[in-house]
Formats: sequence, C-alpha cells, structure tokens
Amino acid sequence: MSERTRRIVFVVAALGVAAILLWALAGLPSFGSHESAYARLLNSTTAKRRHVTDVVTATVFDYRGVDTFGEELLLFAAVVGATLLLREQREELHEPPSDQGLGRVAVSMSSAVRLVGVAIIGPAFVFGLSIVAHGHLSPGGGFQGGVVLASVALIAYLVGEYRTLERSAPFAVAELSEGTGAAGYAVMGTLGLIGGAAFLQNVLPLGQLGTLASGGTILFGDVTVGLAVTGALVALFHEFLHQTLVVRRARAKRGSR
Amino acid sequence: MNVLIAIVLVVLAAAGTAVVFTREQPSQAIVLSFYGLVVGLLLVLLQAPAVALSEIVVGSVAIPMIVLLVLARAHGAR
Repeated sequence: MSERTRRIVFVVAALGVAAILLWALAGLPSFGSHESAYARLLNSTTAKRRHVTDVVTATVFDYRGVDTFGEELLLFAAVVGATLLLREQREELHEPPSDQGLGRVAVSMSSAVRLVGVAIIGPAFVFGLSIVAHGHLSPGGGFQGGVVLASVALIAYLVGEYRTLERSAPFAVAELSEGTGAAGYAVMGTLGLIGGAAFLQNVLPLGQLGTLASGGTILFGDVTVGLAVTGALVALFHEFLHQTLVVRRARAKRGSR
Repeated sequence: MNVLIAIVLVVLAAAGTAVVFTREQPSQAIVLSFYGLVVGLLLVLLQAPAVALSEIVVGSVAIPMIVLLVLARAHGAR
C-alpha cells in the first residue's frame, strides 16, 4: 500500500470513528445525572429487601454478586501471574536488602517521616478494618478497606526496612489471606445452593437495618473480598520490593564488583 | 456545587496535562498520584463516595507505588 492510499484509508476510518463517537456522546445522560431506572429501583427497595444502608455494596455483593466473583478470580489470576513472572531465576543472585537510589546515593530515613509513619500506622490499620466491616452501612467495603489495609504494610516498609515488612506482613500470610478470601467468596456462593436457592443468593438472616449484623451474606462478601484484596496487594508489593531490593542479576553484579 | 465541580474539573485538566509534561519518570509517578487524588475529589463532589474511595486508594497509592517499584527495578538492572 502506498503512503497516499494509507493516508486516505486512515482519514476515512478516522472520520467514521469520529462520527460514531459523536453520535454516542450525544446520547449520553447529562453530566452528573445519576437517576437511571435501575438506580431508582435499587435506591427505593434495597433498604427494605436487603436491610442494608449502602446500596452500592448491596449491588456489588448481592444483586451483582456473580460479577464480583468474576472480578475476584481476575484479581487472583493477575497476582498469580505476576508472582509467576517475578519468580527467582536460576542466574539471579541475592543481596542483603538495601535501598537503591536511582542514579544517586540513597537518602536515609528522616526522623520526621519515621515519626509520622509510626503515628499513623495503628489508626490506618483500624480505619481499614472499619471500612471493611461497615461496607454494608456506609460508603466503602471489602475492596476499599482492603487497599487501605495493604497500604499499612507499605507504611511499615517506609518507616522501617524491608525486613520490617517481611516480619509484620510475611509473604506467606499475604498469599494465605488472598487464597482464603477468594475461596471464602466461593463458599459464600455455595451457601445459596445449600439453602436451596441460586448460587450467591442471599439466604442468611437479614437482621436489623442499620446494625453491624445485617444484610445476610453481604457482610460476608465484604470480609472475604477484604481478605483477598489485602493479601493480593501485599503479595504484589512483596514481589516487586523483593525484585527491587534483594534480587540482582548475576552479570550485573559481576560487572559492578 | 456547580462552581466547585467546575473548579475541580479545571484542576483535573491541569493535573492531567502536568502528568503528560513531566518527563522524568519517578516525578511523573508522584504527579500521577496527585492526579488520582483530584479524580477522587471530583467523584466526592459527584456524590459517589464509594468510587471516590476506590479511586483515591488505587489511583494515588497503589498505581504510583507499582510504577515506582518497576522503575527502580528497571534502572537497577541496567
């Protein structure tokens, strides 16, 4: 294809995509509007039918529970894939973990960062637990709380060393937490089958609206997803930090020494 | 509320442009983190607190962290 033909094909294709895109954009609901028929239905019935006050969490773990199961397995597969790719190679060597500056001398930890980190590590942990546990009552839930909990492990690394992270949130525990969470969600799904209903159907007693023990399986979904997300992210951080700080390629090491 | 949303949209555009024009990669990860925070702020104003929380923790903590670690690894291997 000559350059001239190629350009003509591109212009025709670009104009076509632009026309379809503009057509689609013209049909969008107006900016900031959030009242679709489905949203109206869920907003007006969720409190009565599921005894929870956060409609988003009820949608994620109950009405659309199968989608969440898919996402959960997706995250699991992604982390397993990353772990597999970052596994130790035979020609790689280990070094004691040390901070590596990018083309400069690594700066040592300032006492201000250490003080602030130590001060927020406990509150951040409790905050993460609270977001997981109150997912069915207020904004948040297993995913958001899980990421907050995982970032607590990062603060532990920030104020200490790599060994602090290894000791306070070991890789094995992260993997265990991730696997337990993913499997737990599947077990929650089979509760529906055991109860004589569909997979992931909410068969547990719904409890009193607005209390911690309400919503049936929704709280269970929050907890299992929280476990899975915390474990997945901590495992990822472990893998990347391990690759960055500990593992050296054999050739690179011989060259530098 | 509309004024606030307009202000945040302008800041968002500025932050997005700043991400593109920051050419040094480690600094870019930090600017990207700020961009994630502004997206989270916009979602709060649009009354989507659950999504805002996800965006803040993923966009301003998890993604920049992974980017920084990969960069450190890539530079260290050279």
